[in-house]
Amino acid sequence: MSVQKEDEIIGKAYDSKLMKRLLTYIKPYRKYVFLAIFMNIVVAALPSLRPVLTKIAVDDKITNHDYNGLLLIIVALFGILIFQSIVQYFLTYFTELIGQKTIYDLRTQLFAHVQKLSLKYFDKVPIGRTVTRVTNDVDALNEMFSSGIVEIFSDLFMIIWILVFMFWMSWSLALITLAVFPILIFATFLFRRKVRETYRDVRKHLARLNSYMQEHITGMNVVQIFAKEKDELKRFSSINKDHKDANIRSIFYYAVFYPFVELLNSIAIGLIIWYGGGEVIQKHLSIGVLFAFIQFVEMFWRPVRDLSEKYNILQGAMAASERIFKLLDDNTFIENPAKPISLKNFKGEIEFKNVWFAYNPGEYVLKNISFKLKPGETVAIVGATGAGKTSIINILTRFYDIEKGSITIDGIDIKNFHEKELRKYIAVVLQDVFLFSGDVKTNINLGNENISEEKIIEAAKIVGADKFINQLPNKYNEEVKEKGATLSVGQRQLISFARALSYNPQILILDEATSSVDTETEKLIQNAIEKLLKGRTSIVIAHRLSTIQNADKILVMHKGELKEVGNHQELLAKKGIYYRLYQLQYKDQEKIKTN
Amino acid sequence: MLGILFIILSNIGGVYIPILLRNSIDELKNNLDFNLVIKNTILVVVTSAVAGVFRFMIRQTIIVVSREIEFDLRQDFWQHIQKLPLRFFQNNSTGNIMAHATSDISAVRMFVGPAVMYSTDTGMRFFLILPIMLWMNTTLTLFALLPLPLLSFAVYLVMKKIHVRYTKIQEKFSDLTTKAQENFSGIRVVKSYLREDFEISQFEKESNEYLKRNMDLVKVRSLFQPIFYLIAGLSSIIVLWKGGTMIMNNQLSLGTMFAFLTYLLMLIWPMIAFGWVANMIQQADASMKRLLKIFNEPYEISDSEKTDFNIKTIDGEIEFRNVKFRYRENLPLVLNDISLKIPKGSTVAFIGNTGVGKTSLINLIARLYDVTEGEVLIDGKNVKSIPLEVVRKNIGLVPQDSFLFSDTLANNLMYGVSNPSQELIDFVSEVSQLKKDVESFPNGFETILGERGITLSGGQKQRASLARALAINPKILILDDSFSAVDTHTEEEILKRLKSFMKDRTSIIISHRISTVKDCDKIFVLENGKIAEEGNHDELIELNGIYADLHNKQLLEEELSELN
Repeated sequence: MSVQKEDEIIGKAYDSKLMKRLLTYIKPYRKYVFLAIFMNIVVAALPSLRPVLTKIAVDDKITNHDYNGLLLIIVALFGILIFQSIVQYFLTYFTELIGQKTIYDLRTQLFAHVQKLSLKYFDKVPIGRTVTRVTNDVDALNEMFSSGIVEIFSDLFMIIWILVFMFWMSWSLALITLAVFPILIFATFLFRRKVRETYRDVRKHLARLNSYMQEHITGMNVVQIFAKEKDELKRFSSINKDHKDANIRSIFYYAVFYPFVELLNSIAIGLIIWYGGGEVIQKHLSIGVLFAFIQFVEMFWRPVRDLSEKYNILQGAMAASERIFKLLDDNTFIENPAKPISLKNFKGEIEFKNVWFAYNPGEYVLKNISFKLKPGETVAIVGATGAGKTSIINILTRFYDIEKGSITIDGIDIKNFHEKELRKYIAVVLQDVFLFSGDVKTNINLGNENISEEKIIEAAKIVGADKFINQLPNKYNEEVKEKGATLSVGQRQLISFARALSYNPQILILDEATSSVDTETEKLIQNAIEKLLKGRTSIVIAHRLSTIQNADKILVMHKGELKEVGNHQELLAKKGIYYRLYQLQYKDQEKIKTN
Repeated sequence: MLGILFIILSNIGGVYIPILLRNSIDELKNNLDFNLVIKNTILVVVTSAVAGVFRFMIRQTIIVVSREIEFDLRQDFWQHIQKLPLRFFQNNSTGNIMAHATSDISAVRMFVGPAVMYSTDTGMRFFLILPIMLWMNTTLTLFALLPLPLLSFAVYLVMKKIHVRYTKIQEKFSDLTTKAQENFSGIRVVKSYLREDFEISQFEKESNEYLKRNMDLVKVRSLFQPIFYLIAGLSSIIVLWKGGTMIMNNQLSLGTMFAFLTYLLMLIWPMIAFGWVANMIQQADASMKRLLKIFNEPYEISDSEKTDFNIKTIDGEIEFRNVKFRYRENLPLVLNDISLKIPKGSTVAFIGNTGVGKTSLINLIARLYDVTEGEVLIDGKNVKSIPLEVVRKNIGLVPQDSFLFSDTLANNLMYGVSNPSQELIDFVSEVSQLKKDVESFPNGFETILGERGITLSGGQKQRASLARALAINPKILILDDSFSAVDTHTEEEILKRLKSFMKDRTSIIISHRISTVKDCDKIFVLENGKIAEEGNHDELIELNGIYADLHNKQLLEEELSELN
């Protein structure tokens, strides 16, 4: 429902449906996964071999004063160690590679998906949130894909190998040693449950704390205006304290659990000495076995401890993937026809027939609009704010689809085109010029390699942008910084005109900027607009008197309806809406002109 | 400090166990006395239990203390930023400030808690084990510890490389974020010019570079574990080899060698922890620096030695004397030499285009900003000499953006009031014309606003914000374009009711609408940071300047909007 809520999905620790879907991303890298698991088996086995060799060294070699034998064992141990290190290195490398590759796939898939979403999605979801999905949320999955899945195997094999060697050396001692094992499992289970409870508690209080801070930082001026700092500090303090207390409660369980596991560890060692010692005295067991067993017990403990870490990784991943999949499942697309038509001889005739359009169902912003444009004609749309001017250009490019009526180009309903096919013929110049980071050149051709450098320069020359671009230190290769903040408003507009012109569209849509520029730039812009409109069907949301006067036709919009149509003189004579709009918006320009 | 003591005690326990093991093994080897074995078994368990108790205490002290410190730090942080001027909140995004309050503070906590615990713990263990090993057998100790300097050096090298590569990853991640941000913001352009595929390929390129840099880091970081195992394992092998030889020459007992092996196992973790802790310290250091930067932000606006604390209330006469104001050095003046007087109990208005300095001007009265030059006076006294709390408690300011808290409507209306009452709620919501809206809410004034409750319309928010300001019974009421989302009919109703409420109070109204300001005692027209015209409605119409032009245009607009 709100931004906050969705970002705070805590998520279940494990959700098999989500997990299944996540695992499909690993599929392409099955080879690596199997390789990693294989290396895991090896890596898990090698350390378990060490106590065995130590036992042999103690029992057979040292006790028998076999110096060369000892040396042999040492060499073997050393060899195993080197081998283990090398395998370990590649194991880590490949598990990370799996993680990185899968999140790369997921990230690019997500980005491509967002490209397809219609503007309705962008109206509804703040940009920052979508950015977080593509960046941070995807990164949160890295750990799960890499270490998470593979290491669960590693822990499992470690335990298996240790058990195998223990039972192989001595059945009875292994059973005695494992007597504490059920207690360990039970304790871990209990600990998990308690920690999960407190974890949830901590998360709850943390969310409270964060939303309090978020809200009060945003509304700090209200706090200060009403001089409520002291009261707010008290409230903050109590929330902060709840958060602290919840954390301290969770510390208690950790504080009990870890020493308890160590105690169990010692009990196991005690049991080995007690039972094993007895066996040694009765000569049923060698002292080397005792050696080995004590080392095994120490090794047992790591996989147990890792369990809790895995849990946290899994929990984080589940929450992030839930949000990611929600975005991937968002199908706010423009419906494209099953068999799209493509035009052969494009002429550029546009007709609106009884068009009704609403952003929100029922709230019509365009009501029963009909007009016709012959190829090559220029139409100017005028009207007060909220009259529906922008909506007309939004539906013509199929950023949104209409509810009722039809829009045709050369007699074909635009719903029969693929949205991309349609946009091939139309160039849009928006009021706020959007410049991308990159150089001036790429901001004109937008990376389209079919538009050569010559064409770029030609377009810039025609619209009169050439002059200022050549004065930049690196000319067309000059980097555009901070969304073009270093360029003036007028310069940015000229670049966007050059952009439209370089694409040489059959239909041009222009939303004139209202911001005022100096007279010299104004002349440049007027001149550029004239060149831009020449020879193509154009629709202009006009703010310039010159544009209106040059238009073949003026459409006067008012409250979503088309109220008056005609040329400048006809409409003025009517003394209707246009007459008033003229006095309100354009008359001042006349003054400037005559000055 | 208690925590450190617990660390020592638990380590003594932990270190004692291998000695017991050594004794057991040696006894088993030599005199086969089963009772001694049982005694040692019991001792191992008891020692471990005692050490465990202390380990429990360590967490209960050091980690708990770190949470306490986190609490205090956050508390100080909040107290501090509450006093920071509006300027700070305009220059720093909420997200940015939040990052300091959350991740930076927890990084510092990780340092005082876990980092301190592990480093003292492991350091202590190392220094306890070393003498015991030396006492048991000096030669073997020297051999066993031979690879350790190598380890430290390796750690140093790897950490240095990791740091460099990690920074590179961060850079690329930020590029990736920028790319996504830019693409989503410019999605209209992207779609219009059919650049989707190009953008995807660009994004893939960036992602691929990010992957590469990550793998560059992995190449180094993967060395960590093998190096540790290799070097630690090397120590054990040396002990086994050298120790084995010594046993054969009867220079060493089997038990001692076993104790050595156990100690080495105990020392591996400290070595691994070392790198981890070093990393934590580095992060905490960077975070602490960032926090200090915020803690060093000056309050700018606060009471000073010039403040006269005998002033308990204000009457409401306002005067500006040659006031100049700019937001920052090197920025142009927003207000340029403003002088004006607003008598107590009068109603004045400021009108002018966006960006002419209207909001800046009224912000100076409530001291949300201080003047750059000149002075603002209330009751003939410089505002800086009146206690800040007195100024603000007596000014009801309704800001442009009506921010309401996600709390009940009643609590929002009574935000500035110390003794809330239903009568007062009814009264202020009647004046602000909010009452009839509230009657349609199922929970009335107990309705919760914001993300967990209902969302008010823009007009409702503005009226609630007005009611909230009226409730504090202000001497000065300032309305900063507070009716922009309220329809003209309701606005008229509110203004009518406000008239009697404002009888003995000073009120200042900022508006774009002539209809809102036409009945004011005096109207100031601002242009380019200066007062361009002043007078009452009729006088200004007569003047036939900016105000008159605005008036005509608004009449036209009205006519237009009435047309159907």
